[in-house]
Amino acid sequence: MKARADRGAGAEGSDRSAGHETREPFRSYYGRPIIKEPTWKVPDVPAYLYLGGMAGASSVMGALAQLRGYSRLRRVGLLCAAGGSGASVLALIHDLGRPRRFLNMLRVFKPTSPLSVGSWILAPFSALSGAVAVSELTGFARPLARVVAGFAAVLAPAMTTYTAVLLADTAVPGWHETRRELPFVFAFSSVAAAGALGTGLAPRSEAAPARRMAVIGSLGELLASRVLEQRAGRIAEAYRTGRAGTTLRTARVLAAGCALGALFARRSGSVAVLVAASGTAASAATRYGVFEAGRETARDPYYTVVPQRQDGRSER
Amino acid sequence: MSPDGAAEHPLFGLARAAQPGGDVRTSASGPVDSPAGGNRLSGPLADPSAEAGYSERHPERMGFFTDTSVCIGCKACEVACKEWNLLEEDGLDLTGMSYDNTTELGATTWRHVAFVEQRIDPSTRARVDIGMPGMGAPSTTPEEGADSDATEVRWLMSSDVCKHCTHAACLDVCPTGALIRSEYGTVVVQDDVCNGCGYCVPACPYGVIDIHPDNGGAFKCTLCQDRLGSGLAPACATACPTESIQYGPLDQLRQRAEQRLEQLHEQGMTEARLYGQDPTDGVGGDGAFFLLLDEPEVYGLPPDPVVTTRDLPAMAAHAAIAAATAALTVAACFLGGRR
Amino acid sequence: MAEAHPVGFQWVMEAKRRGAKVIHIDPRFTRTSAMADTFVPLRAGSDIALLGGLINYVLRGGHYFHEYVAAYTNAATIVDESYADTEDLDGVFSGFTGSGYDQSSWYYQGARINPAAGERDQWNDVFGSPDPDRAASEGESTPRAEPETDPSLTHPRCVFQILKRHFARYTPELVEQLCGIDRRRFHEVAEALVANSGRERTTAFAYAVGWTHHTVGVQYIRAASILQLLLGNIGRPGGGILALRGHASIQGSTDIPTLFDLLPGYIPMPQAHPNLSLDGFVATNAADKGYWGNIRDYVVSLLKAWWGEYATAENDFRFDHLPRLTGDHGSFRTVIDQIEGGVRGYFVIGENPAVGTANAHQQRMGLANLDWLVVRDLNMIETATFWKNGPEIDEGETTPSEIGTEVFFLPAAAHTEKDGTFTNTQRMLQWHHKAVEPTGDQRSDLWFFYHLGLRIKSKLAARRFERDARQRERDRPVLELTWDYPTEGEIAEPSADAVLREINGTDADGRALSSYTLLRSDGSTRSGCWIYCGVYAGEINRAARREPGERQSWVAPEWGWAWPANRRILYNRAAADPQGRPWSDRKAYVWWDAEQRRWTGHDVPDFDATKPPDYLPAADAHGPDALRGTDPFVMQGDGLGWLYAPAGLRDGPLPTHYEPQESPLRNTLHSTQRNPARQLYHRPENRYQPSGAEPGAEVFPYVFTTFRLTEHHTAGGMSRWLPHLAELAPAMFFELSPELAAERELVHLGWATVITARGAIEGRVLITQRIRPLRSNGRTLHQIGIPWHWGPNGLTTGDAANELLGVALDPTVHIMETKAGTCDIRPGSRPRGAELGTLLATYRARAGITEDTGTEDSPSAADARYPDVSDTDGGGDES
Repeated sequence: MKARADRGAGAEGSDRSAGHETREPFRSYYGRPIIKEPTWKVPDVPAYLYLGGMAGASSVMGALAQLRGYSRLRRVGLLCAAGGSGASVLALIHDLGRPRRFLNMLRVFKPTSPLSVGSWILAPFSALSGAVAVSELTGFARPLARVVAGFAAVLAPAMTTYTAVLLADTAVPGWHETRRELPFVFAFSSVAAAGALGTGLAPRSEAAPARRMAVIGSLGELLASRVLEQRAGRIAEAYRTGRAGTTLRTARVLAAGCALGALFARRSGSVAVLVAASGTAASAATRYGVFEAGRETARDPYYTVVPQRQDGRSER
Repeated sequence: MSPDGAAEHPLFGLARAAQPGGDVRTSASGPVDSPAGGNRLSGPLADPSAEAGYSERHPERMGFFTDTSVCIGCKACEVACKEWNLLEEDGLDLTGMSYDNTTELGATTWRHVAFVEQRIDPSTRARVDIGMPGMGAPSTTPEEGADSDATEVRWLMSSDVCKHCTHAACLDVCPTGALIRSEYGTVVVQDDVCNGCGYCVPACPYGVIDIHPDNGGAFKCTLCQDRLGSGLAPACATACPTESIQYGPLDQLRQRAEQRLEQLHEQGMTEARLYGQDPTDGVGGDGAFFLLLDEPEVYGLPPDPVVTTRDLPAMAAHAAIAAATAALTVAACFLGGRR
Repeated sequence: MAEAHPVGFQWVMEAKRRGAKVIHIDPRFTRTSAMADTFVPLRAGSDIALLGGLINYVLRGGHYFHEYVAAYTNAATIVDESYADTEDLDGVFSGFTGSGYDQSSWYYQGARINPAAGERDQWNDVFGSPDPDRAASEGESTPRAEPETDPSLTHPRCVFQILKRHFARYTPELVEQLCGIDRRRFHEVAEALVANSGRERTTAFAYAVGWTHHTVGVQYIRAASILQLLLGNIGRPGGGILALRGHASIQGSTDIPTLFDLLPGYIPMPQAHPNLSLDGFVATNAADKGYWGNIRDYVVSLLKAWWGEYATAENDFRFDHLPRLTGDHGSFRTVIDQIEGGVRGYFVIGENPAVGTANAHQQRMGLANLDWLVVRDLNMIETATFWKNGPEIDEGETTPSEIGTEVFFLPAAAHTEKDGTFTNTQRMLQWHHKAVEPTGDQRSDLWFFYHLGLRIKSKLAARRFERDARQRERDRPVLELTWDYPTEGEIAEPSADAVLREINGTDADGRALSSYTLLRSDGSTRSGCWIYCGVYAGEINRAARREPGERQSWVAPEWGWAWPANRRILYNRAAADPQGRPWSDRKAYVWWDAEQRRWTGHDVPDFDATKPPDYLPAADAHGPDALRGTDPFVMQGDGLGWLYAPAGLRDGPLPTHYEPQESPLRNTLHSTQRNPARQLYHRPENRYQPSGAEPGAEVFPYVFTTFRLTEHHTAGGMSRWLPHLAELAPAMFFELSPELAAERELVHLGWATVITARGAIEGRVLITQRIRPLRSNGRTLHQIGIPWHWGPNGLTTGDAANELLGVALDPTVHIMETKAGTCDIRPGSRPRGAELGTLLATYRARAGITEDTGTEDSPSAADARYPDVSDTDGGGDES
């Protein structure tokens, strides 16, 4: 579909090519993108998105388990929070063009930058979660760790959704136009991911809250995704087709499987493990699918030109 | 170039942007020229430098007016820019896009001349769509009556550049404070601060800024910040032989552009229009704006760009509600029994 | 112009902003066309038909500027009764000998006129009598011969009537047929020209090598001159014909020539006539009337500048030290001499003939047959590496070990690394200052020649006693040469300022002269180039002046310095009417101030400042004194603008449409297909193709024209090595229409091969709507645009367009035809190795090409004739 060089030198891109018969005709500069595709790498950034969300929901799960006396579920939640957030930090650093300057993010606090705000959430959260995890594994200063785990859990919900703002606060149509729905998709996906891990890793006797999280989270993710696509208008095409479409369809099947499995996981350890796997895969695939859909809308000038032309400024 | 204080941010009550020197400052200085009812993330803004905290004595806002109706496509701007800013050659590919072998702005290309070949009806000046042969499609029928006088060729050329938006998304989303507002009202990257997170890249509604593939930092036009202080015009404007690229105080340029538009309309070039000069547009007006002879997207420009951070308050609210929903959902899951 | 002269084009844009209408006429729609109000595509090589059509339109419609034409042109002059026109003789003028023209029938009735330029030497006319000395002593005291005139312009043999008859058949219909320009567009151009000429308005023509690089190149310019004279657009502000040169200071290199047949200031190089003395030289080259009448002053001052104290009145000011021409030594002849073994050494400086000159293969054959070759350039150009990576090596035609040429590559300093001047197209000298020292072994051309001269002189001096009398005599011109410039710095760089001062000239006391009118033939003055005299007036380097425009008048006399005498418009006497009043207030430029009894105005008057408009010369007046007060064209032998050129051109007194050497069309104007006086070289490596109706012409059905891109410089020596330019135009390509692409199954960005009888080159296909097929003579005609910047070396590489071109020359200035040729094109890249030769042989066989092909209506080879004025545009590096 890229016009680029495959036409004569005089060709203006006018998209009427195969596969897009339903599209309005539009004009472009040789079919080239108008905005830049994000330079963010795969798997770094999708992993960062998934891990942060999972860690946030796990932290809440761990803290509540601690309150309610689920010691093994607590352990799973707090370790997943620490592991997830730590890995999330590493993925972020690895994605930077200049990783050695990671700390420059903590040099300032910029409320207009979701990445700055996110870093100020991620950094303390991962530090606190890490400390709690050390205590959890060594038994060192356990009473203090319980208080610290509580503090981490206060930051934790933000971990599940700030990445949605991070994506939405760009000129990428696939993310910006879905800015209202994305936080909910990410929030429920995070809950499902944490619940799935709790289901699989905690003993079945303690995993009931996690199973419920897996069921509700997965169903919530499915619902939120559906709402997103319905409200996305022209942008929905990017979510339904291509690599993003395939990935998101797979994610939906996995999420449905996760929810269904979680209903039966109390009875079978192997089902619990399948729930963990499918929930994790579903959540990760959702993030990757959203990421890919956004990239497609950046590459294809249709998504920039037509909405800007046809929707009034105030509508968007 | 050090500002004496950063304005208080109306949304968060904290400094909006880190300033050169790197320290976060807060200031008691009142809001500067804030539009009634709007937040300072969008809408008209008379003086972005003052908004960023520069003192009253800061220089006028400077910018470019690129009049594409007199651009001859010589690319002297591209070469002058690369020479002055020590930007390397970035590819020896023949693109087949008319005479444009540069293709787009990027980390090592801060001026880009677009070439658009069109067939127009000389009486109406409307574009005539002809089917150009596609790759490997020699059977495509050439235009009927090609040697007739029904149509004329029009070759549009336009030198694109960073728009130096009044509300610059790249600057807003930069988490390190590497992108700053200069005393001239321009938007500049401080290379020694940038950590290459790449957030500015998808944030820009014009696709201007990019990450350098070799050194990982973000780069774009600085409006030749290192020349302005010495009273020199930017390299591109200096090299332009036909005054297609005009540099000067933005207010003057906007007036000049209006006059030029009027002149062209009087001459019957009704297709001429200004792009980016309107302070009420989605980015609060561009510091580098254009006179175009066709729709913006024909030149690779977005028809109606909006600074993404305009919607940041709403996005933050949605995220907060979603986060609370997540927390409550988890909590609810702990309400039931152990089965 | 926007394409190849973008900086100069700013003034066109400025004029457009002020309301000027810009018309662009070109085979291709270029960046210039994009800016023009009107674009007129035409078939490459058909311009004389168009210009002739415009001339006819102006004459028939009575649109000419009658008062100007009657007073300032030779319209009224009566031509010799033996003259016969191409209209009478089916495409040839009277005097055609079969190998060229005997021009005597073209003369005016009653007077021989020496032309201001072109073929000047009139030895046979002057010395036809058995006593050369008597003929030479004629002059000062004898009455001047004046041609007969008919001021009513009605005499059947007056120039005006000849002109009318000559162009009568150049109708809009003919223009449409030959040029592919429809009548609507033709009339639009014609009406705009007429509407913008006259007392109140003027029109300017700007051209570049698209007009000169033809077998009738000079006649293209002549046709434009006729049109501009008829419209009264010469010598007036906003008028003129502006020659946009091929590269920086090409104007300078004809003023102070690098051409074999000129001395500085357009003084002809002496021919090898028997016992030619200074007197004889002056007699054969001076004009009876006008400033060429003072040629002796210019020549003696030049000889004094070169041989100083050694040049005295007793020894004819060392006139015998000047070489004498014995034949053609133009660059194409020289290369053929190289191939034939007659040339041992060759300096190539700032040129790249291995890819930059027509029939590049022929050029490389010459280079390969030398003893030594010196290449001075900024980059390791193809001319220095042809012996190891030239196409002949790849094709297996030769090997490096078979090439005996010893190549010396000497790195040159760029213009930023040396002081000096550029002389641009408007004859303006602009000084450039050294910005940085050259690094390494890089040296300026001035350094190279100065130090080379010193070494040669010292070697000759040291061996003086070993040499016999004849050798000593031969050494003398070098040993006696003034060669004493001050040097500065570690590398002993000669002072360019001192050279400029020497060119300017000095008086008997050694002070810088202020004007060429002060030059004397008694040996008291010296000047290295008489037209540059005044550039150092008052001991000030006036070329270095850079007074900003807002601080001086709109003529801007304080920016640089323009020859002659800092005049910005030549022949500006014509800006006033015969009585000396401006033609209109709007176009006032130079006028007669009756109170002061002086010529005055915005510019320096190009006229004797105190000669009143009503001045009439005495019958025995000569030189400038012989000009009437109404003769603005002060360098012309009759003081008039020439609608008809009675002398100076080798191919006719009037422009006539001929087809290019290679054309797909038959000449429908008359049965003479090509310029019968054109210069050809019949050689195996320079085969010509059939044209028009000749059998085999259909093998090469498409017209091609070579062109330049803004992004590159000439043959690429200054741009293909620069990354910031190479990336802007990174590959050799062919520009063609969607229709031709469909016809030949060519794919956008795919490879294609263009083939002629000389060579085949490959390039990428660029399909563009900017190229449109033309209808010409009832058939659809496709044109292909071929840029000529590429070669095998540098950052961006590609085949050289000059592999395609043959060498067929304009007879007067020996410029090659590069702008209109025929070819075939096919998809895919060209064959490699020996297969390439097979392909070419196949094509030649299919077209039935023999050594006689394309030589019709010009039976003899060029070498038989004898050129003496050279390339309009600097020769070899031009394509």
